[in-house]
Amino acid sequence: MISIKNLDKKYGSLHALKNINLHVNPGRVTAIVGPNASGKTTLIKSILGLVKPNAGSIEVMGKVINGDCSYKKFIGYMPQSAKFPENLKVREVVNLIKDIRGTEPPLANEISEKFNLTNEMNKLFRTLSGGTKQKVSALIAFMYSPKILILDEPTAGLDPVSAGTLKNLVREEKERGRTIILTSHIMSEIEELSDEIVFLLEGKIHFEGDIESLLSNNNNEKLERIIAKMMMVEAV
Amino acid sequence: MNVTLKIIKYEFSNILRSKWLIIYTLFFLAVSYSLFTFGGDSGKALVSLMNVIVIIIPLISIIFGTMYLYNSREFVETILCQPISRKALFIGVYLGTVIPLSLSFAAGVLIPFFLSGNYDEINTFLLLMVTGIFLTIIFTAAAFVIGLKNDDKVKGLGFAIFVWLLLAIVYDGIVLFVIYIFQDYPVENAVLALSILNPVDLGRILFLLNFDISALMGYTGALFQKFFSGNAGILVSSASLCIWSALLILWGLKSFDGKDF
Repeated sequence: MISIKNLDKKYGSLHALKNINLHVNPGRVTAIVGPNASGKTTLIKSILGLVKPNAGSIEVMGKVINGDCSYKKFIGYMPQSAKFPENLKVREVVNLIKDIRGTEPPLANEISEKFNLTNEMNKLFRTLSGGTKQKVSALIAFMYSPKILILDEPTAGLDPVSAGTLKNLVREEKERGRTIILTSHIMSEIEELSDEIVFLLEGKIHFEGDIESLLSNNNNEKLERIIAKMMMVEAV
Repeated sequence: MNVTLKIIKYEFSNILRSKWLIIYTLFFLAVSYSLFTFGGDSGKALVSLMNVIVIIIPLISIIFGTMYLYNSREFVETILCQPISRKALFIGVYLGTVIPLSLSFAAGVLIPFFLSGNYDEINTFLLLMVTGIFLTIIFTAAAFVIGLKNDDKVKGLGFAIFVWLLLAIVYDGIVLFVIYIFQDYPVENAVLALSILNPVDLGRILFLLNFDISALMGYTGALFQKFFSGNAGILVSSASLCIWSALLILWGLKSFDGKDF
C-alpha cells in the first residue's frame, strides 16, 4: 500500500530521517512510536507530500509520489493540532473540502452525529474549543472513508467519550479494509488498535514488526515497558 | 483554476469577517472623507491622500499579509493534504488576501470621492486607486515571501516591519544621501535606477507624473518628472510596478512549492 525506500530528510543540520525503508501493509493498522523529535511527524508528512525529502522515494498504491497531488484523494489526515481559519464556520470548511474533492462524503452525517457536531456546524471556529476543533479534524479525515488514514496523535485533546468514539471509528475503518497509520504516546491505545508497530529513534527505524510477536517475544510484558526498554537500550 | 476559485471564495469569507479589514476600510473612509470635505480643492486632497496611501498601504499589506500567512499555516497543511496542487493553493490564498485588501481600500476612497461630488480630477483619482492596488499586490506578495522564508513569527514580523521602514521611509533619505555624497558627479541615472528598485517610489512617481507637482514630493519624484514627462514615464513606472508584482508573486510561489510544512 505504502512503500518507502531510502528516505532521507534534513532540516539544516538536523538529520530528521536517516535512510528509512518501510512497507505499510494494506488493511492493517500500523503504529509509529518513538520519543519526541524521533521523526514520526516528518515521516508522516513526507507520505502526505507536506515535507520534501532530500533523498529516497515513496510509493502510494503503486505510484511514486513526485509532486503530483492526485494520490491524496485516497488519503484522510488528522494532524496533531487542529487549527482552522477563525472566521469560517465548520460547515464552510467541510464544504471547502467537498468542493476540492468534487464528491459528496458518504460518512459526513454519520460521523457528525457520533461526535455531536451537528449543532456546531454553523458556528465560527473562533468560538469552538480545542477538543471540538479536533473532532472537526476527525470528521474531515474520516468522512470520505479513504483507503488510507493517517492519524497523528488523534486522541490528544479529546475527552474520554470522544476518544472512545474515535477509536471505534478506527476499528470500523479497519474492518472496511482501510490501511491506517497512527502515532500516539499512549501505549495502551496502540496495543488496543494496532496490528503492527514501527519504532523510530533519532530518525532511524529500530524495530518493525507485528505487535503480537513483539509481545510474545518479550514474555507478554506491557507494550509500554517494552518500548521504554527499547529506548533505554538505544540510549546506552 | 476551478479549485483556485473555490479557495479564493473561502478566503474571501474568512477575511471579510476580520475586524482588521473593517478597521482598514473605516480608516480610509474617514481619511478620504475628511480630505475631500475639508481639504480645499480636490487636487490638494488627492495629494494628501496619496501621501497617506504610500505609507499606510505598504504597512498594512505587509503586516496583515505576514500575520495572515502565519495564522493560516495549519489550515494550509490541512488543505495541502487534499488533492490540490501547491500552485493552485498558493494562488488561491494569495488572491484571497489581496482582493479583499484592495476592495477594502477601494471602497474606503471611492465612497467619499463620489460623495464629494467633484469629479474634475477623476483621472488622477483613478491613478491613485491603481497605485494603491499595485502597492497592495506588491507588499502582500512581499509579506508572503517573508512569511514563507521565516518559520519564526517574531523574526518574520520584525523583518516585515524592517522592509516597510526601509522602502517607505528610509529609502528617500538614502537617495538624498547618495546625491549629497556624489554631488560632483552626474548621478541622475543611478538615482533613476535606485527609484525603480523601490515600489513605493514607483507608486509615488506614477501618481505625480500625472499631477505636475513632483518637485514637492521628494527628489526622486522631481527627477522622474524631468526624465519621463508624459506617457513614457507612466509606461516605464507602470511596467516596473508590474515587474515588481510578478517577481514577488513568482518568488512566493517558488518558496511555497519548495516549503516543508
